[in-house]
Amino acid sequence: MYVPHTFIECKYGPELVVTCTFRSSPVAGSNRVFNTPLSEQGIVGFGIGLATQGSTAIAEIQFADYIHPAFDQVVNEAAKYRYRSASHYHCGPLTVRAPYGAVGHGGHYHSQSVEGFYAHVPGIKVVIPRGPSQAKGLLLASIRDQNPVFFFEPKWLYQAAGERHTQLASLCTCMQSLSLSAGSDVTVLGYGSQIQILRQACEMAQSELGVSCELIDLRTILPWDEDTVIQSVCKTGRLVVSHEAPLTAGFGAELAATVQAECFNHLEAPIQRVCGWDTPFPLIFEPFYIPNKVRCFDAIRTVVDY
Amino acid sequence: MLLRLLRPVRPVLCQVATSGFRRQSTVTSARFTLNSDVYKLHEGTTGASLGSGPPLEGEITREEMTGMYSLMAAIRELETKAGDLYLEKIIRGFLHRCNGQEASIVGLESALTPGDELITAYRCHGYTHTRGVSVKEIMAELAGKATGCSKGKGGSMHLYGPHYYGGNGIVGAQVPLGAGIAFTNKYNETGKICVTLYGDGAANQGQVFEAYNMAALWKLPCLFVCENNLYGMGTSSTRSSACPEYYTRGHYIPGIWVDGQNVLAVRTATQWCADYIRAGNGPLVMEQFTYRYYGHSMSDPGKSYRSATEVKGVRETRDPLKKCEELALELNLMTSDEIKAIKKDAAKTAEEAVEFAHSSPHPPPADLYAHIWWSRTK
Repeated sequence: MYVPHTFIECKYGPELVVTCTFRSSPVAGSNRVFNTPLSEQGIVGFGIGLATQGSTAIAEIQFADYIHPAFDQVVNEAAKYRYRSASHYHCGPLTVRAPYGAVGHGGHYHSQSVEGFYAHVPGIKVVIPRGPSQAKGLLLASIRDQNPVFFFEPKWLYQAAGERHTQLASLCTCMQSLSLSAGSDVTVLGYGSQIQILRQACEMAQSELGVSCELIDLRTILPWDEDTVIQSVCKTGRLVVSHEAPLTAGFGAELAATVQAECFNHLEAPIQRVCGWDTPFPLIFEPFYIPNKVRCFDAIRTVVDY
Repeated sequence: MLLRLLRPVRPVLCQVATSGFRRQSTVTSARFTLNSDVYKLHEGTTGASLGSGPPLEGEITREEMTGMYSLMAAIRELETKAGDLYLEKIIRGFLHRCNGQEASIVGLESALTPGDELITAYRCHGYTHTRGVSVKEIMAELAGKATGCSKGKGGSMHLYGPHYYGGNGIVGAQVPLGAGIAFTNKYNETGKICVTLYGDGAANQGQVFEAYNMAALWKLPCLFVCENNLYGMGTSSTRSSACPEYYTRGHYIPGIWVDGQNVLAVRTATQWCADYIRAGNGPLVMEQFTYRYYGHSMSDPGKSYRSATEVKGVRETRDPLKKCEELALELNLMTSDEIKAIKKDAAKTAEEAVEFAHSSPHPPPADLYAHIWWSRTK
């Protein structure tokens, strides 16, 4: 990884998740990879400052559930710096990483999906990988991106055994989504850990209903790849969107609204959203809460049978 | 609160046979003396002067001592059994245990009066019990059962009770809440104080300083208590804090450091702080210098950032239960047989709580949607 000489590149955050960052410490040194106190608002503000003078700052928030004290820094500082100074200053070299999503037993404060809050903020980017090799490529791209990027990593994948690389992890272009399977009957759209669930639902749809699904991994939430999705839905005429975050005003609402506007004449069925229920992320009710493969399969069947 | 949990004690003067031919008798109350190193003071600029601080002498009754020791033993057993249940995957989620901190918890609680309020963070099982919630209800809640004190909705970090506002998962978020609770008490002239606890890690949260300022400005009856167990997760206090003297972090707010492993020192300090605050002098910051034997949570073995020698050293020389036993025996307030009986009883209670947790039902699936907003049919 190219490291500019004159600027420092720092990775920091409270109790940096050891498996993610310990390898970089001997290379970069402890003055560039360090733990911080428990001060999320301070951490993000500090990163904005570092990035504004040109340094690459990679801040880690331990769980996305804890990022909320930094909301003001994100919305009012990071997102608006370039806009309000006519690009005189900006915090492009800032990347903020945080694990997000259900982990099986995380309860209220170790399971949240927060992309919906940050998708609503012009000026930043929000990127969510679906697996380890995607994470590598997308993270590299996010770090190099000239805009502040909020990178949410599916935390239950930290525990997954591994992912076979089918190709060398390459620099991904942040904005583009990726079609994982070509299909003709229904477009199935999601991101992050939900892709694994949707893959299974698509396989069920194929084997039990003979339905051919086109599965798309959005990869970047903000700004999102409208062209690929619109093109797909105009072809298939049907859309199922799924995310773990609650239904009401979740990111799926934005996807559904845009697609219905752009593909109105092509739609064969109302767009389906399969999401978390409208409750705080529960403790023991997690299995009922999350949009599992059966619920996703059911939505595919609904649009096909309409 | 404390009186409710005391077991019936034996008559005033009792003769109990110990090993060999020596007989031991107990007294109804005793005077005790503390070493001067159990307290340190920080003067601050708001409120009244601290003078010479809490007294180094006091009186404690047999009933009070037995009650405190029983609570400490109950907490120790509860936490130990909860760890076992977690390994069996009956308790899931996150579990933060307080073994090693019992004297800080019980000493503080013993100095409060009925109606005083308390709010703390997620290492909360001990306080939940001292605030009046039974070991059974706590264990059931940890296991996410409908018979738990939060009906299975909250789990380990969200235990509540009368005048007890949890149990909070987000680090430091409970501190401004504590100041708000204190304000209500001042406004309503209840004469009660709000004890607002947080850890050494949380002490660097901006919102703590916002709460300090409001409490000092408006002279709120708030006792801020920093439970300094030397580690915020795996980061030692010296690596996270430019100033690890947490009792001085209130700056303009006067502060007191207390040896958190000595239950009589914590009790005396808290009594003195409560009196100071009730007299209308405004808030104080107390630092309880304590230690946790286990890691931050069940996901943390607690071995990668501190040595086994260090943990062992505290267990051997500063264990709060052992210290309390020594004090009780020295002051002739309890006998060693009574101490053994209390420990046995605590183990039995915890065991029964485990059975209760095992056999209780989960909340019904419809509870997923319960308690989101106000409802007429609560």
